[in-house]
Amino acid sequence: MTAAEETGDVVQGFRRVRRGGVTARFDHTQAGIIRALVSQVAELVGEPAEAPGAPQGGGPGPAGPGNPLADLADLLDSRAPAGPPEDPALARLLPDAYRGDTEAAGEFRRFTEQDLRSGKVAAAQTVLATLPEDGGKVSLSAEDGQVWLRALNDVRLTLGVRLSITEDFAERAVDLDPADPRSAYLAIYDWLTFLQETLVRALC
Amino acid sequence: MSVAPAEVERPEAAQEAVPDTPWVTIVWNDPVNLMSYVTYVFQQVFGYSRRKAEKLMLDVHHKGRAVVSSGTRESMERDVAVLHGYGLWATVSHDK
Repeated sequence: MTAAEETGDVVQGFRRVRRGGVTARFDHTQAGIIRALVSQVAELVGEPAEAPGAPQGGGPGPAGPGNPLADLADLLDSRAPAGPPEDPALARLLPDAYRGDTEAAGEFRRFTEQDLRSGKVAAAQTVLATLPEDGGKVSLSAEDGQVWLRALNDVRLTLGVRLSITEDFAERAVDLDPADPRSAYLAIYDWLTFLQETLVRALC
Repeated sequence: MSVAPAEVERPEAAQEAVPDTPWVTIVWNDPVNLMSYVTYVFQQVFGYSRRKAEKLMLDVHHKGRAVVSSGTRESMERDVAVLHGYGLWATVSHDK
């Protein structure tokens, strides 16, 4: 685990308002970064977050003359993921529920993974729906604030895997060549950490 | 004068109670989740006091893992599913 560092920044992050809600202000760039990252997480775990009306077709055709039972078995099988995802970031977002018991882990995954994916996509959609593209003031109910908390956390988990974040990451970040493309993402990760910390505090 | 040898009887009650349902939910340490967030999640999900939630969070942080709930296998699977929704790294385990 990690603790957010105090930044003497002008950045305010979230603060509590009356009736348990929270508020924050984002500029155009900040809003764009958050929107892009939560959209990427939504794409990673499920269908694209901004395409609720996407056409349903496009998949393999109907059963046709094939063996309907075999088709049904294929269908059930395709909806029954057993092993953890190969992408390590996705595997972190959708972790095994059992250690050292692939059978139990697969069974659990078969019954719960779709709901977990849907929940994460829904959280990303809540952020997209409440954060204006151009930025500005965001006012959230406590409930939506908690949804933001989960969505921001999923973004940080994903970035954490992609950037190989470790507990001593602050020391590592200092050593990083500013020309390294990861340094920009580390700065974003750091900012999201700060933002999430202010949101937790505002909700407590 | 002498002192009678202390025949200390081991109180039976001091033995750990063996739960009927030895299933547990374990949360594992990871380098991304915020300490404040993990505490908040334990309070929200389990209704634990801030003090208890913080203690569990610190156990995860320092020991690498902590048992955060125990009960039937079904209820542990429910807890793990909820914790995965929050992005915590949680597993169900049979506490042998």
